[in-house]
Amino acid sequence: MARNKDRGTPEVSSGSMADIAFLLLIFFLVTTTIANDKGIAIQLPPKPDPNDPPPEIKFQQRNIFKILANSKDQLLVEDEPWTRPIGDLKDEVKVFILNFGNPTPEGIELYNSLPSSLKVQAGQNPDSSDDPTKAIVSFKANRGTSYELYIEVMDAMNAAYNEIYGERVGLTAEEWLAIDLKDDTQRRIYQQARSNIPRALSIAEPDK
Amino acid sequence: MSKFKKKSKAGQDIPTAALPDIIFMLLFFFMVTTVMRDDEILVKQLLPKADQLTKIEKKSLVSHIFIGEPKNTGLYGSEPKVQTNDVFVEPSDIVQFVNQEKDKLDENQRDKITMAMNVDQEVKMGIVSDVQQELREANALKVLYKSIRKGTVDN
Repeated sequence: MARNKDRGTPEVSSGSMADIAFLLLIFFLVTTTIANDKGIAIQLPPKPDPNDPPPEIKFQQRNIFKILANSKDQLLVEDEPWTRPIGDLKDEVKVFILNFGNPTPEGIELYNSLPSSLKVQAGQNPDSSDDPTKAIVSFKANRGTSYELYIEVMDAMNAAYNEIYGERVGLTAEEWLAIDLKDDTQRRIYQQARSNIPRALSIAEPDK
Repeated sequence: MSKFKKKSKAGQDIPTAALPDIIFMLLFFFMVTTVMRDDEILVKQLLPKADQLTKIEKKSLVSHIFIGEPKNTGLYGSEPKVQTNDVFVEPSDIVQFVNQEKDKLDENQRDKITMAMNVDQEVKMGIVSDVQQELREANALKVLYKSIRKGTVDN
């Protein structure tokens, strides 16, 4: 018994605790994959009702900006082959949307509400879109088109709209995308920018 | 001989200082070998690059669909395939998958389900469009094309 007492209270060595903690840290650093849940969001049209005949809507051809892609990943933009880099497509779409060729009263009101930075960009080409409320950007791919090109075109179309919305309230496209809709003031800015410029993207079913 | 005996006496206690380390190593072994992600991706996934990315607000409302060339081409061939959860499915099975995913959600959230399309950039649009038609059929209309921000090297 006496011998036991001599040994004193047993102690667990804690010198390696730091190492253990670091190992744990490294383990979680390595295994944690930073969630990359980001992407281009779209809303699909609802399933057509078989009882309803497809609605017949006539659009002026000049109000539709047509982008076609074929199975060789070549683009046809407004009936002309696209030879420039795909990054330029965004600017072309923007010019089309911001064209006030034959504005409706709504369009004129919209034009007057735009900030001067956008007014400068507004065109008057009568062969292009009537005004932003009427403009439609249409994209049709082929079944053989690569997904990479599809995303690039989708990105360009969305970029054009996001830049317009952003510029309308004095933001860059990145700041526009970072808008938090749960925040009241930010949502008001969002609604102000979106009003009367619908994001009219039409994505047609691919050709066979 | 006497020298020998002395030495053996001195080393009778087993050093226990390294014991916690050993235990932790064991723990790590099991932590590492345990599969943590719920689905193992069986298809190639090189996501396309884009700039206009939006974040998903609610993770719980997201279900993933993977499309790409199978990693194991010897077994599954090199044609792009659709993967949900852990298995390859035909596009026509997507409706069933969506309904299963919707069942996991509360009733008032079922319409808000977002389908994240993880599509390899080499894939042709045909199969993507087939899946989308099925999503329309299943009334899961919110779609997110997962992509990486331009300029980043890693995926």
